[in-house]
Amino acid sequence: MNLLAIRAIFLFEMSRFFRTLAQSLISPVLSTSLYFVVFGAAIGSRIQEVEGVSYGAFIVPGLIMLSVITQAISNASFGIYFPKFIGTVYELLSAPVSFLEIVAGYVGAAAAKALIIGVIILTTSFFFVDVQIAHPLAMLVFLVLTCVSFALLGFIIGIWAGSFEQLQLVPLLVVTPLVFLGGAFYSISMLPPVWQTISMFNPVVYLISGFRWAFFETSDVPIGISLFAIAGFTALCLAAIWWIFRTGWRIRQ
Amino acid sequence: MSAILEITGLRKSYADGFEALKGVDLEIRKGEIVALLGPNGAGKTTLISTVCGITTATSGDVKVGGHCTLRDYRAARSMIGLVPQEINLEPFEKVINTVRFSRGLFGKPRNDGAIERILRQLSLWDKRNNQIRALSGGMKRRVLIAKALSHEPQLLFLDEPTAGVDVELRKDMWEIVEGLKAAGVTIVLTTHYIEEAEAIADRVGVIARGEMLLIEDKGALMARMGQKQLDVQLSAPLETVPEALAGYDLVLGSDGHTLTYSYDTRAERTGITKLLQDVSRAGLVLRDVVTRQSSLEDIFVDLVHRDEEEETP
Repeated sequence: MNLLAIRAIFLFEMSRFFRTLAQSLISPVLSTSLYFVVFGAAIGSRIQEVEGVSYGAFIVPGLIMLSVITQAISNASFGIYFPKFIGTVYELLSAPVSFLEIVAGYVGAAAAKALIIGVIILTTSFFFVDVQIAHPLAMLVFLVLTCVSFALLGFIIGIWAGSFEQLQLVPLLVVTPLVFLGGAFYSISMLPPVWQTISMFNPVVYLISGFRWAFFETSDVPIGISLFAIAGFTALCLAAIWWIFRTGWRIRQ
Repeated sequence: MSAILEITGLRKSYADGFEALKGVDLEIRKGEIVALLGPNGAGKTTLISTVCGITTATSGDVKVGGHCTLRDYRAARSMIGLVPQEINLEPFEKVINTVRFSRGLFGKPRNDGAIERILRQLSLWDKRNNQIRALSGGMKRRVLIAKALSHEPQLLFLDEPTAGVDVELRKDMWEIVEGLKAAGVTIVLTTHYIEEAEAIADRVGVIARGEMLLIEDKGALMARMGQKQLDVQLSAPLETVPEALAGYDLVLGSDGHTLTYSYDTRAERTGITKLLQDVSRAGLVLRDVVTRQSSLEDIFVDLVHRDEEEETP
């Protein structure tokens, strides 16, 4: 195991995060704060409690998930797409590193950035609403697993993408709708039965549901199924990445 | 001297059927400088990329320091430094950070002393905290070399290090290569500047259309194929070569003013004295005498040209 290489990639990626601090930190925090102002304070005060939780507090887990998922994907996809775009990927391919080490470095850094943003948004939310965390450890496990699994997905997108437009395509056309329709701002039980069934095919539902359970002990699906879903999603992404490196798809001729 | 790089039967075909390498065999000895000469698209970069792991070979075997580049890629790649042809660098990163990154990527623990030595050697130390985008083209190329040297490789590939570089910088680059050789690094460089191979290489390989046409000691190559020509320029033009000079295989220039005599530079007797005496006896009046030696360029052009003729019957 080339631990020094993992460390080098991780630190190099993190240094970009800190170099562009305003862009990477302030903007997600600002936009989430706006969500709190609009949905929590302005509209939320006119909405009745959802499953015994005030609406402002109810959307906190969903909002964190929304930011964390978006950030994990964009950081990881950009992290591996940029070296491909500017040509520095030659160095990764010629270095004595295995695919696991490359993934650990890039995905680790992207997940870490997303985690930092998630924690900061959670902290911000305390200023706007009264949030209780019933199971802090479970909350952390869900948060970390989400960061890692979506960073893996982002890594795959970054390798697949042939242009900056494509890099934006999947997050914009697939991930954002899945998150918005995944119960970030409502409980699945509030939907008509047909849409409840359809929602069950949305993987994000399981994440948000599990994450919300860690806060309020209310969930749309049993916690065990949520955990199983996220573990399965992570395994799927890992398998895809293993295949990519074995065949050299889109990176090695 | 033992081999640091052994390539046998290396082939590379792309999905579109293009054969970039057609069974290349090559052995590089420890400590030498080998120049691979070839026209554009000859397969030079593909050869290097395959050794380094950027391209996957279709078939064949590559060993670096005895380690197979596929089965034992960690050991093999640790020994290699690669300076690519294109200037591929992260524009917003500082010079020292990108060099440190390369060292870490190759599994070497942080060593500020070693990095400082490399940056000083390449006259980059004063620029260490500059962003790469603020550097000149020549300086960027030095950063690429610094990255390749950061993990102290034993075998360094320089893919066209002086392409598009001005004369002064090219001389600097040659000095850097000499310095690396003195430090014990084996160097394989590709170039299409013949003068570059002539100036710094110990051995010269010629590659064209994915095949190694030859690889030979530079001196021996030039001696073997290096003939010298003597041009005898005459005051009055001739119609034909005089009978008295028939034994010399002279070639009469189209204007009738020049007789060209070819001879081997290494021969004990070049025959020049006797030729000039015979020219005088034949009653010819000399205006000037010029000698020319065939350069590596003539040899190279001749080889590649001959190869092309064989390919297109």
